[in-house]
Amino acid sequence: MAANALTPGIVAGRLSPRDYATNFTDLHPPLDPHEAQVAADRCYFCHDAPCIAACPTAIDIPLFIRQIATGTPEAAAMTIFSQNILGGMCARVCPTETLCEEACVRETAEGQPVRIGQLQRHATDRLMAAGGHPFTRAAPTGRRVAVVGAGPAGLACAHRLAMKGHEVVILDARQRPGGLNEYGIAAYKTPGGFAQAEVDWLLRIGGITMRTGVMLGRDVTLADLRAEHDAVFLGIGLGGVGTLGTPGEDRDGVADAVGFIADLRQAADLAALPVGRDVVVIGGGMTAIDAAVQARLLGALNVTLVYRRSRERMNASRYEQDLAASKGVHIITNAQPVAIHGNGAVREVEFEYVDDDLTPTGVRFRLAADQVLRAIGQRLAGDDLPALAQGRIAVTGAGRSSLPGVWAGGDCAAGGEDLTVTAVAEGRDAAEDIHATLMAEG
Amino acid sequence: MADLTTNFIGITSPNPFWLASAPPTDKEYNVRRAFEAGWGGVVWKTLGEDGPPVVNVNGPRYGAVWGADRRLLGMNNIELITDRPLAVNLAEIARVKRDWPDRALVVSLMVPMNEGAWRDILLRVEDTGCDGVELNFGCPHGMSERGMGSAVGQVPDYVRQVTQWCKTHSRLPVIVKLTPNITDIRQPAQAARDGGADAVSLINTINSITGVDLDLFAPEPTIDGKGAHGGYCGPAVKPIALNMVAEIARTPSLAGLPISGIGGVTTWRDAAEFLALGAGNVQVCTAAMTYGFKVVQEMISGLSQYLDEKGLGSVQALVGRAVPNVSDWQQLNLNYVTKARIDEDLCIGCGRCFAACEDTSHQAIAMSPERVFSVRDEECVACNLCVNVCPVEGCITMERLAPGTIDPRTGREVRAEHGDWTTHPDNPGACAAE
Repeated sequence: MAANALTPGIVAGRLSPRDYATNFTDLHPPLDPHEAQVAADRCYFCHDAPCIAACPTAIDIPLFIRQIATGTPEAAAMTIFSQNILGGMCARVCPTETLCEEACVRETAEGQPVRIGQLQRHATDRLMAAGGHPFTRAAPTGRRVAVVGAGPAGLACAHRLAMKGHEVVILDARQRPGGLNEYGIAAYKTPGGFAQAEVDWLLRIGGITMRTGVMLGRDVTLADLRAEHDAVFLGIGLGGVGTLGTPGEDRDGVADAVGFIADLRQAADLAALPVGRDVVVIGGGMTAIDAAVQARLLGALNVTLVYRRSRERMNASRYEQDLAASKGVHIITNAQPVAIHGNGAVREVEFEYVDDDLTPTGVRFRLAADQVLRAIGQRLAGDDLPALAQGRIAVTGAGRSSLPGVWAGGDCAAGGEDLTVTAVAEGRDAAEDIHATLMAEG
Repeated sequence: MADLTTNFIGITSPNPFWLASAPPTDKEYNVRRAFEAGWGGVVWKTLGEDGPPVVNVNGPRYGAVWGADRRLLGMNNIELITDRPLAVNLAEIARVKRDWPDRALVVSLMVPMNEGAWRDILLRVEDTGCDGVELNFGCPHGMSERGMGSAVGQVPDYVRQVTQWCKTHSRLPVIVKLTPNITDIRQPAQAARDGGADAVSLINTINSITGVDLDLFAPEPTIDGKGAHGGYCGPAVKPIALNMVAEIARTPSLAGLPISGIGGVTTWRDAAEFLALGAGNVQVCTAAMTYGFKVVQEMISGLSQYLDEKGLGSVQALVGRAVPNVSDWQQLNLNYVTKARIDEDLCIGCGRCFAACEDTSHQAIAMSPERVFSVRDEECVACNLCVNVCPVEGCITMERLAPGTIDPRTGREVRAEHGDWTTHPDNPGACAAE
């Protein structure tokens, strides 16, 4: 008998084929040209615009919106890509409600910001659909740079370096490039194979060799890379996941949210992907939200997201919290797990309410669960790395590590915000610094 | 509720909103719909002399200028006068007037520059029972190439001559519709008055090309790769029309000449502005062509509410109230000193006032790192540019410096008395104040 929403356990095929298709289409369908015109007309073309200051990649937002409004979305896309070569993905995944759109003066004025993210997508989609690649390489410099990690930081760094005329090789441990764009972002934010299409488009600049399935520390050492290249950029992300330290964590059905999301992103057939009937997600960041929402979209009957602090302290934006609630995710705050019960497989998770400073209150409750997803943060994995600070690679300036000739950026580097757009900015800026350094060496 | 009944040169209508001579008034079907919707009157689309009707283009007749969200800001047209047989139009006019006796029905006319042609058509038009005629000396396209329309309106002697013929051969009230495609609107207005016109109406449309097709390299609207200038109308032309109406209204030799105001009237407020500048009624076209006849309901309710709020009992009480305040530049009070004031609570921080002032004006707005904008009185000349570019209504205002205070820009005391250029010490031609 086919599974349905009431089938207990972690099973596949809870929904009809149509439901899977509907649930995982674009969260925000693209603007049509007239919608884009109307949205663009709302931009006030602010002086020294607050939205630019709020963008980690400092895209000239008023300029690109004016270029859309005047019927030249291709020029708008060039304004975007010249600052952020992953502007297409950022248009989809940036938490604009806490970045550019939060700073928009129309948010101040009337609580309705200009739809900057959607307009950015309108422009970048247009140029990317035109085929080819809009940037060209400078004359070859004869310098070779290794970029470790084909995520947003590594891709942005590699593209900028290639543009400057350097030869770049990108190494990535996974089978496909893209990093979190490919493995870590909710499917409904980037449907249609966009992440791979974007990587393909980016690589068309030339001068970049992509080597996947190559892991730093396993297949190659940092020392080798330094010996064979004029510079090395580390954009390796956070490969390790945290554990709860809760009794019963080893029971069947307890897994990491990042793995759940990665499996979902790589699944050829969503109907073959198993999901629990009663899913409990522990954590309060974007990964927790993405996992919880997608569990619901896969057909889980009950999905509860439990976070140990208050709503205000959640790393996920209010917008993301509301999105989860609208998809039927139940959010419980100020509760932390104290035990995972079951016999072999998990059956219940026991929580205790805590104060904001995590002081236990003595009040406990249990949630039925056949699947528990941990989303309590990732950490840097691997040794053979430059010096660390706060558990990540210590950097100064534009990503300079403790080792000469080694730069780092993105989530693996200390001081970032764990956002795609921040990683892009750091990769880009490190590339500029690498270029300046190599050229100064003569 | 204020009474909107209007008596314009002896023609009464239940409200001052007439449809201008144009496509909406080309035939019985449309005009009946207009009256059912509440329009106070119509000027029937221009009739030409008997014989084969004119022929229109079979490509686009209209061009457009759009604002945000494709809001129609301006339109132009290359349509000619009515292309239906004269007898058909006359029969329809008679039927409509019979059925709608309380509405104004004026007939627009355009025939060649000879007395016989005008006499013949006037005799036939009188038989319809219409309330008056309007002489189309305005259309700038097509017919003007044949010596009619604006080709007449641009020559005051012709305006006077044709007006005289019409007053000679008809008892009907005569309204002369003026073209704005001239240097000084007072000249043809004076000629119309000299010829015995009962009123003038203005403005007709403005010579225009609405755009250029950058693929075809052809003006728009484009007919088979070519374009001819058309007549511009709609909200964009209102400021030009208001000025021309005011020029006539405030000229002593034209005092008392009734004016029917035309040009971009889209809302009750536009109409009220024309009335205040001396128009006795208004004529509307583009607003109806954009939104349909129902717009008149907003015009009626809005004007009525405004008159009530102002305690003005009738349309006539509003007519011309702003005319005494239309002045020459040289009479403006140079002792009236204002400064921009920015309301920080209303400010949304866009910085457009700063960019405008810093880049293109007087560097009179300061911007703090926290995006707080303030006026530097020592530089502010009160040009009003910041007010104009501010997206928040009422956020920036111009406030007068009290007499006796020192203007930080000039270091001079603000004088209480009026002082203008005619008596200013820097004016080499100034007469000593008496």
